[in-house]
Formats: sequence, structure tokens, C-alpha cells
Amino acid sequence: MTIVPAIKRDYITKLAEQGKRIDGRGFDQYRPIEIETKVVNKAEGSARVKIGNTQVLCGIKMDIGEPFPDTPTTGVMSTAAEFVPLASPDFESGPPREDAIELARVVDRGVRESQVIQLEKLCITPGEKVWLVFIDIHILDYDGNLFDAASLAALAALLTTKVPISRFIKNLDEKDRASWQQQLLDIYTIPGIDEAPFGSDDTNNTQVTINDFPLPMIEPPISCTAVKINDFVLFDSCFDEEIIADARLTVATDHKGDIRAMQKGLSGSFSREEIQKVIKGALDNGQEIRKILNQSIGK
Amino acid sequence: MKSDRELINSEGRRLDGRSPHDLRKIKIEAGVLHRADGSCSLEWGGNKVLVAVYGPREAVPRHVQNPLKAIVQARYNMAAFSVEDRKRPGPDRRSVEISKVISEALEKVVLIEQFPRASIDVNIEVLDAEAGTRCAGLTAAGVALVDAGIPLRDIPVACAAGKIGGRVVLDLGKEEDNYGDADLPIAISPRTGEVLLLQMDGHLTIDEFNEAFDLAMKGCYEVSEIQKKAILQKYQSAAAEVQE
Repeated sequence: MTIVPAIKRDYITKLAEQGKRIDGRGFDQYRPIEIETKVVNKAEGSARVKIGNTQVLCGIKMDIGEPFPDTPTTGVMSTAAEFVPLASPDFESGPPREDAIELARVVDRGVRESQVIQLEKLCITPGEKVWLVFIDIHILDYDGNLFDAASLAALAALLTTKVPISRFIKNLDEKDRASWQQQLLDIYTIPGIDEAPFGSDDTNNTQVTINDFPLPMIEPPISCTAVKINDFVLFDSCFDEEIIADARLTVATDHKGDIRAMQKGLSGSFSREEIQKVIKGALDNGQEIRKILNQSIGK
Repeated sequence: MKSDRELINSEGRRLDGRSPHDLRKIKIEAGVLHRADGSCSLEWGGNKVLVAVYGPREAVPRHVQNPLKAIVQARYNMAAFSVEDRKRPGPDRRSVEISKVISEALEKVVLIEQFPRASIDVNIEVLDAEAGTRCAGLTAAGVALVDAGIPLRDIPVACAAGKIGGRVVLDLGKEEDNYGDADLPIAISPRTGEVLLLQMDGHLTIDEFNEAFDLAMKGCYEVSEIQKKAILQKYQSAAAEVQE
């Protein structure tokens, strides 16, 4: 550790002993959160999330490709994070390093394991053609707590994604189209997706125009992250707190108040009580963040 | 390849309703990022570009250092989601070339002799792309360099002209770039009129080139005014905050 973080560590722990944080927040309190959706025209869905000074942009692109052999009827999702050198003097260009890979994998798990995207509804022709969903996360400004910002950006972007069927329909042959129309009937039984699956039917019935439709999703869990510095547990760490943190814990909770994912990071440890404390804080903050997320997508 | 639509009609109206000498809409904001030494966000038609400047700081690895002056390292990067079909993340040949010509253009205006062995890093992120991203990136880089307080001879600015449907026009849009006859992006130092970057592809006669070049110059001066306003705006709002 260099000299500056060592001095800051002193300062941050002294403040914490008096129950304070460097930016005047409470231990459980998040910085202001802003979510802006549909910020990239070329993307199928996008969102820019600000948590305090941290800024993350997520864009969703979709394509048609082959399914994995072991899951012939489910769509494929993949997540990548870029720590572009724009965001911090310490980020370098080049292939993603381990912190970028960890971030992408944590976001990926949050989406994949709780089945937020209904991938089984993204099959076109079993074993041959399925939808591919690419989640690309760009860190724009790094002031701590990338896990929460990146997960939130991914969710907001996915929730505003439109499947670009109108652009791809010309790539599908007769068999694919017939198979896909079967799938569509199924998709439109999902509550919340009520737009007409088909546009105006052509009279000779060979050219059916199809509208882009929202990605089939379920209510997502929300991730909240806390760090531990000495014996203090602080939510939504800013950069100065994060670089001196001993341990980090991310907890994702769903709308029913159940836990859907957890990830501990860094070399420090948590006691049972501290974990309880983080879960409680994640539930409370998760409720608030869910409201902000729903507002941003117009729900 | 020919567009199935007429790029410019007999009255000189273009697909997006512009006349031949019109720029697309440009919006520039300086100082938008917290961690960067200087930054700029720029929207130019359907392009969205974000630039962060770091430095002057020690150039690494050591062998790239110049004992007499600083180096300018621009890095042009396109987001995977910025284009119609997803781009694979990371540098490709196109972005390496664009990074190089932008670095060289910027090096001409930065007072590099003041910072031996240092590097001035200019990170250009293209978030949304719609023809003319290198001009947008270089123009935003100019503002970000000022915002970072890097000593400059001038604020560099870029703009393109081109030829569509047999006519020379300013600032090609997406369709015009894909199906047009020629594209001529230039960057200048507006105070002296020196050309910092020039590329051309397509087919122009000598007369058409001269016309396009003059038009692109005129475009640069127009964009330059918008740059200066954005910089002024930042300092005015900072001054207003201090007074409060």
C-alpha cells in the first residue's frame, strides 16, 4: 500500500469510530442513484447508471446463432465488462484483467442463475437457431462499487431491450419462420408482454410483418454490496473506502425478500453477525433501488 | 454499392432534410467525468463520444518515453454495442489506425516540449456510432485537453466533407457515408488553418477536392465555435458555484 491510502485509512477509520463517513453518509446509506435508459440508439437496449460519481454504461446487442449442444432449445447469453482507461488513471487498455472478468462473471451469474431472462423462450428452431444476448458493460467513471452499478445497468438495459426480429426476419428461412411463430405464441402468454406479436397480415400470407418485442424477463433480484474496514460495515463504498477495504460482500435479494445470490471478495473475513447485518442492509436498500429501477423503465 | 434511395434530391435536400452545407446537430459538454483530469462528452448527429484525458504523467513502459518531449497517446475504442452488428471488444486494425492519426494530429497542438518523458493519454470511447466518429472523437479530444489544463497552441477541431449523388456536401450521415462517392475528413488548428489530419477515400476531381476541402474547413470553424462555447460554459458554471 502506498502512502496516500495509508493516510486515508487512518482518516476513514477515525471518522467511522465517530459514526461518520467521508462524504457524510450513514453506514447503510447509498449515494444518489440515477438510471437513464435508451441512451444508445444502435443497441437493442441500454442504460447508464450513476451511483454518486461512479458511472457505468451497459448496452445489449442481439444476434441469431447456434445453441449449445446440451441446451438445444435455450437462447445464449454472454456478459463482458470493459475497464476502459477512460474511467480511472489505473485502468489500462488491453485484454480484460481479472477484476474485469470477476465483475462480468458476477453480473452474468446474477442474471443467469435467477433466470431473469427467460432464455428458453428465445429458441427459434430447436438445435439450430436461437437468440444470442450480449451484455456489454463499460465502466465510464470509477468511484467505487462497480458491482452494484454494473448489475443495475445490466438489468435496466435488459428490461428495456427489444428483440430485433424485424431486422433479422429476412435471415430466416420458411422452416425457421414457422417454428418461430410457434414460439411467439408462447411468448405472448407471458404477463406484461401484451403488444401484438404480428403486425398487419399480408393478404397472400407469405409476408407477415413482425414487430420487435420486449425481451421476456421475470422480476430481477437487486444486488447490494457492503465493504468491511476494521470492524465497520459500510454500504456502497466510494473509491477511497474501496481501496482500503478488508472484505467485500454482495447480496442479491428478490422482490419477495429472499436471497438469490451472494459473493464475498477480498482477503478479509466476516463474522456471522456482520453477514446478518449486510443481508439486512441489502434488503432495505434493495427495496429502494428496485423502486428507482422500476421508475426508470416506466413501470 | 448504390443506395436504393436518392441521397440528395434535385433541390439539394439530403435524406435527413439538410442542405449541402449544413452540419448535423452538435452538442458538447466539458468536464463530465469525475476521475479524469479532463473530459468531454460530445453528440454529433447520431454519434455519441466520450473522451477522458489523463496526464501529463510518466510514460510507461519506459522505452516509449522521449527524453526531450511528451508523447500523446490517443486510444480510439468502439463499444461493442455502438454499431448495428455487435463489434468484438478490443482493438482492431481500423481502431489502431484511427488512434495513430488522432495521436499525431493532437501532438502538433500540445506543447509537448514542456513535459519530457511524460505521456498525455487521450481515451476516446465511441458509445454510439453513425458516420464521422473520428471527427467527433478528435473534436471532443480537443475540448477534453483544454479541460485537463494541458498547454495547447490551439484547440484542434475536425469535420468531414464528401460527395454524394455528384454533389459536394458537408458532414456525411450514415447512408451518405455508406453509399456516397467520397469522404474527406480533416482536422485543423483553427487559429492558423494548419491541417492536422487529412484522409480521403472515394473519387474526387481536383476541383471537387478543392470545393470539399474548403467546405470541410468552413465546417471546422463552425464546430470550433461550439467547442469554445462548451469550454466557456464549464468555467462560467464553475465561477457561479464559487460565488454562491
